[in-house]
Amino acid sequence: MRMHEYQAKQIFRQYGIPTAKGELATNPEQVKEIAERFGGKIVLKSQVLVGGRGRAGGIKLANTSDEAYELAKQMFGMVIKGHRVEKVYVEEQLKIEMEMYVGFTIDRASKGFALIVSSIGGMDIEEIAVKHPDKIARVTVDPVYGLWDYQIRDVLYRSDMPREYHKEVTRIIKTLYSILIHNEAELTEINPLVVTKDGVMIAADARLNIDENALYRHPELKKLKDYTEVDQTERIAEEKGLNFVKLDGNIGVIANGAGMSMSTMDLIYLEGGKPANFLDVGGGASSEVVKEAVSIILMDKNVKVIFMNIFGGITRCDEVAKGLITAFSEMEIPVPVVLRLAGTNEGEGRKLIERFIREKSIDTIHVVETMEEGAKKAVQFGKEV
Amino acid sequence: MAIIIDENTKAIVQGITGSQGKFHAKRMMSYGTQIVGGVTPGKGGTEVLGVPVFDTVKEAVEEMEANASVIFVPAPFAGDAVMEAVDAGIEIIVTITEGIPVYDELKVYKKVKSEGRIMIGPNCPGVMSVGKSHLGIMPPQIFSEGNVGIVSRSGTLTYQVAYNLTKLGIGQSTVVGIGGDRIIGTNFVDVLEMFEKDNQTDLVVFIGEIGGTDEEEAAKFIEENMSKPVVGYIAGITAPPGKRMGHAGAIIEGGKGTAESKIRALNKVGVEVGRTPMEVAEIVNRTLKG
Repeated sequence: MRMHEYQAKQIFRQYGIPTAKGELATNPEQVKEIAERFGGKIVLKSQVLVGGRGRAGGIKLANTSDEAYELAKQMFGMVIKGHRVEKVYVEEQLKIEMEMYVGFTIDRASKGFALIVSSIGGMDIEEIAVKHPDKIARVTVDPVYGLWDYQIRDVLYRSDMPREYHKEVTRIIKTLYSILIHNEAELTEINPLVVTKDGVMIAADARLNIDENALYRHPELKKLKDYTEVDQTERIAEEKGLNFVKLDGNIGVIANGAGMSMSTMDLIYLEGGKPANFLDVGGGASSEVVKEAVSIILMDKNVKVIFMNIFGGITRCDEVAKGLITAFSEMEIPVPVVLRLAGTNEGEGRKLIERFIREKSIDTIHVVETMEEGAKKAVQFGKEV
Repeated sequence: MAIIIDENTKAIVQGITGSQGKFHAKRMMSYGTQIVGGVTPGKGGTEVLGVPVFDTVKEAVEEMEANASVIFVPAPFAGDAVMEAVDAGIEIIVTITEGIPVYDELKVYKKVKSEGRIMIGPNCPGVMSVGKSHLGIMPPQIFSEGNVGIVSRSGTLTYQVAYNLTKLGIGQSTVVGIGGDRIIGTNFVDVLEMFEKDNQTDLVVFIGEIGGTDEEEAAKFIEENMSKPVVGYIAGITAPPGKRMGHAGAIIEGGKGTAESKIRALNKVGVEVGRTPMEVAEIVNRTLKG
């Protein structure tokens, strides 16, 4: 779960990491009012859960409250990489002397936390690594033994951090580590960590991503989840316990298993089509789940055909067939369905479908033998309309 | 010979009284797996499926001489179940549970490694040494015994490939589903190393997906250490960056973990990568006959 900057900063402040004075606004009038109280010189920061908002025009400086108001009118409703701006965080401007970077992530390869420090900040850490490899350093922190001072010294020396900042950066790194551990974060970073002209170190931005699987242990964080930021269909799918990701093609995909669902998308692409989504009904899906999956796919009006690709292991093909039959009986399915059933109870599943097709004279269900054949057929249907 | 488990493996099921645990314990037994007992705290002294249930793993090990455990315990308690299994002396731990907090997984990983045990998973379909033993949730009927080892991050894709192989008359030695999470107990390299040493295995099928760099690490290992042919498949060439594709570990982050990068790494070391699961089986067929 990715948090907004304003939410993460609130947590940072509770732990003692300084941030600029700021308030959240949900309309341009509020921005103006906050700007007036802050003396006019402010930064407007769109609160969207996506990286690179600065470059996309989601961060603006204003020098008067009137200017803030005009900029806010442009910013609200703006769409940044598919995310609509509905909240703007208003902060007082900082006089910046220097920018740097500190962050922690879970490192899959070393099975620990990676502490990354750079004496340059303000751009993507990947970019810093490419452009200034001598100004960045990382060390792995063992999750059992925790973070030790020598590890911090090591990254400060190697990243060429000016000596006069070592003491305060060390304090901030240790605090950030506490935030990481206490909140079971997958990632937390301050980019940039700035030193102001007055010599104060401030987190000018804040990122905090919490492990979704651990949210049950952190009810106070779970409450902060911003559902307006999640795609509407993805949200409904999540409530139904389905793994769904919206894509921009026109061939709806329903499969079982994450790997199988991705493979189905890939096959569509190899045949020259574009998948409309990723949808994994999971292992042992009931007919009810299959029906829900069909209804979720049909919410996307771009979908011209559904390719249902099931390999029954725990999932039973007869149960999937029943789900599809229920879907056809209970709702209008205006697009062709390409169905491939293999594995557990394959014969029973096919018999059910064939009987249904015969009895109801349905000509939009196309049963295929293999997933490769199914992808080919689905792509043909996708191109026809 | 097969790897990790064989007909002598004596396993318990942690969470045997739950619906999933019971259902799969029964299937494993009917496959011929030695399931010697189960563990559910508070249900000690009872019996399920004709085997005794214990309150603790330690008791199950002492009374039944179990050396393996399959874990079906719900996510909030699964980390605890693995720790208990390690401390009780269990050597092979298969963790089926999906959704375990990553901080639990990190600690569990360190524990398992420091004690020299093997953990498969979490979030995996388990291990099957075809015709000998099955610890997990795989559908046994699609496999046939033979000389191809399979190691995979995906359950269903594994079944698909095994099914294609079986249809071509090509059997499998051991099938290992290493799991879809970011932090897993046994990675590709570990399993490839075991297959390289296994005299039943003549060829290895390697099924990866987007996310992380395990496939790239495996490519390096294959180049330096594998004499047996490896055939690959990588899922997710159409997966968008920054989106989790079902598995916790299937995500392209910071430009890392793309399918292209993995396919390139494998091709570079001479591993043929099938574009479809069917093509994988065909390449295996051609390689074995050639």
